Amino acid sequence: MAARTAVRPGQLSAWFTTPAILLGLLFTLGPIVVITSFSFMSQPEAGSGVVMEFSLASYQHFLFQEDFYGQMYFDPRYLNAFGLSLWQAVGTTALSVGIGFPVSIWMATKPPKTQNMLVLLVTIPFWTNLLVRTYAWILFFSGDGTANTVLSWFGIEPQQLLYNSWSTLVALVYTFVPFAILPMYSALAGFDFRLAEAAYDLGAKKLDVVRKVLWPAVSGGVLSAVALCFVPAFGSYIQPVLLGGGKVLMVGNLIADQYGSARNWPFGAALSVIILVLTLVGAWALLAWAKRSAQTVSLAV
Amino acid sequence: MITDAKGRYFVSQKADRRKELLVNQACKTFTSAEGEPVKALDDVTLSIRLGEFFVMLGPSGCGKTTLLRSIAGLEHLDSGEIYLQDMALSGLPPHRRPVNTVFQSYALFPHLSVWENVAFGLKMDKLPKDKIAERVSEMLALVQLSDVGGRKPSQLSGGQQQRVALARALAKSPQVLLLDEPLSALDLKLRRGMQGELKRIQHQTGITFVFVTHDQEEALSLGDRIAVFENGRPAQVGTPEEIYRHPVNRFVADFIGDTNFITADVESEAGKSRIAIGGQRFDVEAPAGQTVTVAIRPENIAVGAPGPGKIDGKLAELTYMGTDLRCSVELPDGQALRVRISPPFPQLTPGGPVGIGIPADAIAVVAD
Ligand SMILES: Nc1ncnc2c1ncn2[C@@H]1O[C@H](COP(=O)(O)OP(=O)(O)OP(=O)(O)O)[C@@H](O)[C@H]1O
Ligand SMILES: [Mg+2]
Repeated sequence: MAARTAVRPGQLSAWFTTPAILLGLLFTLGPIVVITSFSFMSQPEAGSGVVMEFSLASYQHFLFQEDFYGQMYFDPRYLNAFGLSLWQAVGTTALSVGIGFPVSIWMATKPPKTQNMLVLLVTIPFWTNLLVRTYAWILFFSGDGTANTVLSWFGIEPQQLLYNSWSTLVALVYTFVPFAILPMYSALAGFDFRLAEAAYDLGAKKLDVVRKVLWPAVSGGVLSAVALCFVPAFGSYIQPVLLGGGKVLMVGNLIADQYGSARNWPFGAALSVIILVLTLVGAWALLAWAKRSAQTVSLAV
Repeated sequence: MITDAKGRYFVSQKADRRKELLVNQACKTFTSAEGEPVKALDDVTLSIRLGEFFVMLGPSGCGKTTLLRSIAGLEHLDSGEIYLQDMALSGLPPHRRPVNTVFQSYALFPHLSVWENVAFGLKMDKLPKDKIAERVSEMLALVQLSDVGGRKPSQLSGGQQQRVALARALAKSPQVLLLDEPLSALDLKLRRGMQGELKRIQHQTGITFVFVTHDQEEALSLGDRIAVFENGRPAQVGTPEEIYRHPVNRFVADFIGDTNFITADVESEAGKSRIAIGGQRFDVEAPAGQTVTVAIRPENIAVGAPGPGKIDGKLAELTYMGTDLRCSVELPDGQALRVRISPPFPQLTPGGPVGIGIPADAIAVVAD
């Protein structure tokens, strides 16, 4: 018999799968490899780009600046941008999950047909470009926009609602609510309500049922929602730039600046790597927790 | 037991409700997805004796689960009451009823271990820790699962999960244990084993079991008494033997065991009602001039060489099944009868003439 490995039904031979796997690796690992190597390289004398010369300057630059006399001193400027991003991300996550949770419970208790309809509605924002949707918020908050029109009905003078942390937060929450709803909804929809009946039957009161049976079953979904909102909200770019007017320095626009006006590619790369490492640590902690408590946490929609 | 004009129980008599779980005139109507009303329980009245193994048998959709859920408190009756001895259950929420359920889907908590599943109800009762531990070990020993207490339900076989569900429900020592087709997910061999197991546990604990199934063999082998359900109400309640030998109607006769149905005209002869089957006369209890359906069990019919006192027939088919012979014989009027013969087997040739013997007590007139 020829030495041929049998292909099971539903399984493709290596000839078909290898190119796809290679392409997948290229697109996922490729950018990370490039960014990580850039972050350890040096800035050219003039212009943008990198020169192949090992350097830790970019990481140092994150916390320390060189003063006029060549002395290093601690500069919290970039750390503050991280702090601000952190707060925006925490706020965005809390609000998105807070709004999304009751909505997902409401969705999961509808008849199946209605549920499909509602899921479709939740995903409608994904059909249009984020940039367009964010511009819509600018129109909404602008001097003669809807928000100010409504305020004028109550006799309130037009306000400057744009270009601050609050308008940024609104746009971020708007963007991430669907990301919060979907994993929580799917956890709730997958919840077997017969388990709740079994708990009642065994003498559990309503609160016991929620704490002992419902929560363990859906907490994984809530955590997925937290992860799915927090990570991209932390590195968000469009909202702080458009609705924050670029005045609020957050990691997203800080990084973008390094590749644009500041022309410091290695530093931009280093900032990205720092975010990546922080995110990985967070995700690892989340998964470790999930494993310990036998939860399914999915880090993707 | 006092009954009213319609033959239903009177519940005002307290003395009558001592040792029973009484379902009185229970009605429940659902609305189907198309908006049609579906009568799941249609005026059900049942008395289940405490300590007995009571089986509710019936085809799919006849309301068995609905009745069980109503007893457990997971479903609200539109009208009617349920009493456990002197206690009216109807107003009590599920967690306050001395009743536990083994669900068809088992409904084991996936995030808890076997041990924690069994302990769940006891923890809800806020029992002291050592009492809980003692009771859980006792229950796991009862269902012979002492060595898998640390596993998660997903790491168990179907039969083991079923036993965990049983242990979990029994742990609280309910007065009544409700079991909704607990064995339907198991393969035949495992099911036989579990049937014996359930019977043993019921004897050992003395707890009233209300067991739902749509498997008639299971019902016959397990039940002290059986209620056969038809369209949302019990058509007949009785011991397995009563139901098997004296089915009240065609539905019950057909549902329990294998049965031949024969139609015959009732004639009056010497002041008695009689029917003729293949020239032979049988006394029946039915008014003359009617056409009745009679049920005859295949194993009650004898087939052999033609002879006096036997009905002349023709052997149409013959199948050897190992422990018995299955054959189909044709009566002179063309009606076919299925017959099951136990050893010793007579000499039979397909297509040849046979003598068919039907004992007088093998005939049961059934309502349509
Ligand atoms: N929640 C519900 N909504 C609408 N109809 C229901 C509901 N529950 C039960 N029914 C209907 O009531 C009838 C009785 O259902 P039930 O579940 O009690 O049947 P069953 O005898 O247990 O059947 P099976 O042997 O298939 O489990 C069925 O026609 C069913 O479709
Ligand atoms: Mg059922």
